[in-house]
Amino acid sequence: MTFAEKILAKYGGERQVTPGQIVTVSPDHLLTHDNTAAIVQKIQEELEKYGIYNKTFPVVVLDHVIPAASEKTARNHKIIRDFVKKHGIKNFFDIGIGICHQVMIEKGLALPGKLLLGSDSHTCSYGAVGAFSSGIDRTEAAALMLTGETWLKVPSSIKITLKGKLKSGVMAKDVILHIIGDISASGATYCSVEFTGNIKQFSVDDRFTIANMGVEMGAKNAYFPPDEITTSYLDQIGIARSSYTPVFPDRDASYDMELEYDLSNMVPMIACPHSVDNVRKVDEVAGIEINQCLIGTCTNGRVSDLQITARILKGKKVHPDVRLLILPASKKVYEEALRNGIIEILVKAGAVILPPGCGPCLGAHQGVLAPGERCLSTANRNFKGRMGCKEAEIYLSSPATAAVSAIYGVITDPREVIKT
Amino acid sequence: MRIWKYGDNINTDMLFPGKYTYTCSTPEEIKPHLLEDLDPLFAKNVKEGDIILAGRNFGCGSSREQPVVGLKAVGIKAVIAKSFARIFYRAAINQGLLLIECPEAVDAYSEGDKIEINAEKGIIKIGDKRFSFPSLPPEILAIRDAGGLLSYTKLKLRKK
Repeated sequence: MTFAEKILAKYGGERQVTPGQIVTVSPDHLLTHDNTAAIVQKIQEELEKYGIYNKTFPVVVLDHVIPAASEKTARNHKIIRDFVKKHGIKNFFDIGIGICHQVMIEKGLALPGKLLLGSDSHTCSYGAVGAFSSGIDRTEAAALMLTGETWLKVPSSIKITLKGKLKSGVMAKDVILHIIGDISASGATYCSVEFTGNIKQFSVDDRFTIANMGVEMGAKNAYFPPDEITTSYLDQIGIARSSYTPVFPDRDASYDMELEYDLSNMVPMIACPHSVDNVRKVDEVAGIEINQCLIGTCTNGRVSDLQITARILKGKKVHPDVRLLILPASKKVYEEALRNGIIEILVKAGAVILPPGCGPCLGAHQGVLAPGERCLSTANRNFKGRMGCKEAEIYLSSPATAAVSAIYGVITDPREVIKT
Repeated sequence: MRIWKYGDNINTDMLFPGKYTYTCSTPEEIKPHLLEDLDPLFAKNVKEGDIILAGRNFGCGSSREQPVVGLKAVGIKAVIAKSFARIFYRAAINQGLLLIECPEAVDAYSEGDKIEINAEKGIIKIGDKRFSFPSLPPEILAIRDAGGLLSYTKLKLRKK
């Protein structure tokens, strides 16, 4: 069996499952964020009558519009805080702790071999540590709050083998943009995507970036088999090895599709407007003027991302026609970046540091674009209107490409600056 | 009955812009913004019984359910597409909105054709051509038949 088949058999109480089969599962956690208010409002009567399924089951993180941008979003947060208090929700993270997906991993809530669902499409990120995780809608999250169980269809699986080693200036983000450009935004629809091969070169941060974008090719979940990189990361955040059991695909597992990529040939990539699979090599779009750079988000807002950004911007200035926004993925990331001098370098270079949240990525507030403007972003989506304005353009890249481009004011190949 | 025809990769931002996700959640709040950045005429002119026809990967992007709630509320009879993104597909089951994955039917349609749908039998008629689409598994039909996931869950809780 593949990873998805094995984990869904385990949670579905079956010895064997096959793609297409429906199983009933009880996930380990349900993640909800600023949409918690809309979710609980659907089931108020039932919550009064039956209560919540289990107080440790939901994980509620305020991150999407933080701090509140209007009276309406403030009311929304208030409803959520009241709900959390009233029902004694154990895993609540108020504004400023971090972006929900980062928090799930940092707090050890998403672990190898666990099954997690969340009312956010980038819930697929936790495959970075070998969990099975997938996005659902608000209504399903509401039902889960009450019952703790739902149905899942066993997906077909795609195996992606990554061979060779990335060259300097090319990052995990370039790998996933390359793959999405190759197989398209619907290339993995309904599928579980397993990454294998020379993955030792990828830290948990890198794997997070890749798994995070699984949904951008339509995947149900994305998975990296846990190894010593995973366990040493989990040791470091204080998770006992006895608290998780990794699940691995069988050697004879059967895949719908098997793909192979040679990383040593990969170059920095850019997703051009208005779809994530409209991917070009950086030199094909180099020279395009930009007005804003966004480095961070749940895709690329971790310490290693900010570290390379600082390395590039040290002693330099952001181009006068560019606003550089930095969005650390969590308070923990922010603190570490403060401790090792990253934030100081970035601020001196002219960057604006935003609170750890989703802000500009979904165009709700903080860094909304004007008509005719262009943003180079390290986020995961460049849909028309995504950053709040349908007449603006969003390009996606790695933090290295975004940082170098912020200096020059035009899309620039980071390899011109990063020499080993 | 009007047919609204769109292309591939119609994403959730096109169906319902992200900037409204935390300010609009009821059907009445959602309706005026439906397909705002894709087709400004849609929200003004859509009528009960209309059908949407689209290409591959309809509903890709966020886990946003407002597009589904909105399309159901304005009375869209069905969305027929070459394929759907999975969260959108689940959301449609949960709201009881009929989605039909049938690439042949989408290709066969030309401007002015009449479309008839028989959901029970799994048949679409486009002009004089007939296409069949598979029925959902029984576990999932039970959710749709209960009037969506919330009614289904509430019934289940009451039985306990």
